[in-house]
Amino acid sequence: MTEDQKLIKFQQRIDADEKIEPKDWMPEGYHKTLFRQISQHAHSEIIGMQPEANWVLRAPSLRAKKILLAKIQDEAGHGLYLYSAAETLGLDRSEMIDMLHKGKAKYSSIFNYPVLTWADIGAVGWLVDGAAIVNQTMLAKCSYGPYARAMLRICKEEGFHQRQGYEIMAKMMNGTEAQKEMAQDAMNRWWEPSLMMFGPHDTDSPNSKDSMQWKIKVESNDRLRQRFIDRTVEQAHHIGLKVPDANLKYNKETLHWETSDINWEEFKNVVNGNGPCNHQRLSHHIKCHNEGQWVREAALAFEAKQMSNPATIK
Amino acid sequence: MEINNNQFPQWEVFIQTKSGSPFEHAGSVHAADKKMALQNARDTYTRRNEGRSLWVVPTDCIVATTRDEEEEFFDPSLDKTYRKPNFYKMPKGTNNL
Ligand SMILES: [Fe+2]
Ligand SMILES: [Fe+2]
Repeated sequence: MTEDQKLIKFQQRIDADEKIEPKDWMPEGYHKTLFRQISQHAHSEIIGMQPEANWVLRAPSLRAKKILLAKIQDEAGHGLYLYSAAETLGLDRSEMIDMLHKGKAKYSSIFNYPVLTWADIGAVGWLVDGAAIVNQTMLAKCSYGPYARAMLRICKEEGFHQRQGYEIMAKMMNGTEAQKEMAQDAMNRWWEPSLMMFGPHDTDSPNSKDSMQWKIKVESNDRLRQRFIDRTVEQAHHIGLKVPDANLKYNKETLHWETSDINWEEFKNVVNGNGPCNHQRLSHHIKCHNEGQWVREAALAFEAKQMSNPATIK
Repeated sequence: MEINNNQFPQWEVFIQTKSGSPFEHAGSVHAADKKMALQNARDTYTRRNEGRSLWVVPTDCIVATTRDEEEEFFDPSLDKTYRKPNFYKMPKGTNNL
């Protein structure tokens, strides 16, 4: 078969909603886009643990601490599911981590914002995990089998993440004036960054066309963002939070909430490494990785010792 | 900057969700040895009681067919309709067969 014939056959499989599996032939662009997207997604889950881990020791109750720990452990799991899916494309996890450390791979910009108060932990769970759920539910229909399967697994776990965040916000909105203010302040700072999580407008998103044609994405950025806005605005109002947007209004014809345009300058700035926490997040990851060196060496030495003494192998 | 980036060998994870059900592939983990592979698989894939039994298999040991050879490889199973019960005509009035 010629390359062109292979490409036609590949597209036919996609159009017929068949899943592509690791050893199948795929166009270079498909492989490249998928690898970039899945590894970036994996890094995001791992980096995303940092701001939350920072609050474990300051959680206001034992209940809150247990919940936060369980959420962080889930995020580690999500990172591992995704590294595992990315590895089916032929690169090793160590190479991906190397790319992250060298700045050749990115992670979601949302984690470059600081988590300043306990209400921020609520806002992150509700808004950031909420936005992630909208995106990941779509990705569970992706044409690449290992990615779609990882997404299904992740979606099942995200429900609790979002609900525990909303519960924190609802509790604070039911509390003292100071607590209400703290919740509103967190809302004010996290609202716009969470809208940015869906990426640029469809018209400014050069890779979107290929991704849609190959069903790596099955819905556009703007459509997903609108779905998130419609759900979230109502949840905010339900507990008395104001959406920090003077232009917010409900359109009775389209049945959608309309918002101001996003500050794309800030978006670009954070993507390009100039957000408030970019440096901190990456240097912390590198530090932890390097500090784990002796553990990796010890584990391998132990395995070598076991192998040299067959009596101990179970 | 990078020192010892070794991520350990890769293992494929199979989970049995309940007694009697088949082991299904869940994903993979990295681990230095068998015991660590089982523990990592438990922590990664069964945090919510998704399994009652686990298999881990070194990824190198998995041999797989590809989509390209699908037709040719599975072709022999297409033309043997006599492997199915309704290939056979039973005399009228035969019961429980
Ligand atoms: Fe996650
Ligand atoms: Fe999450």
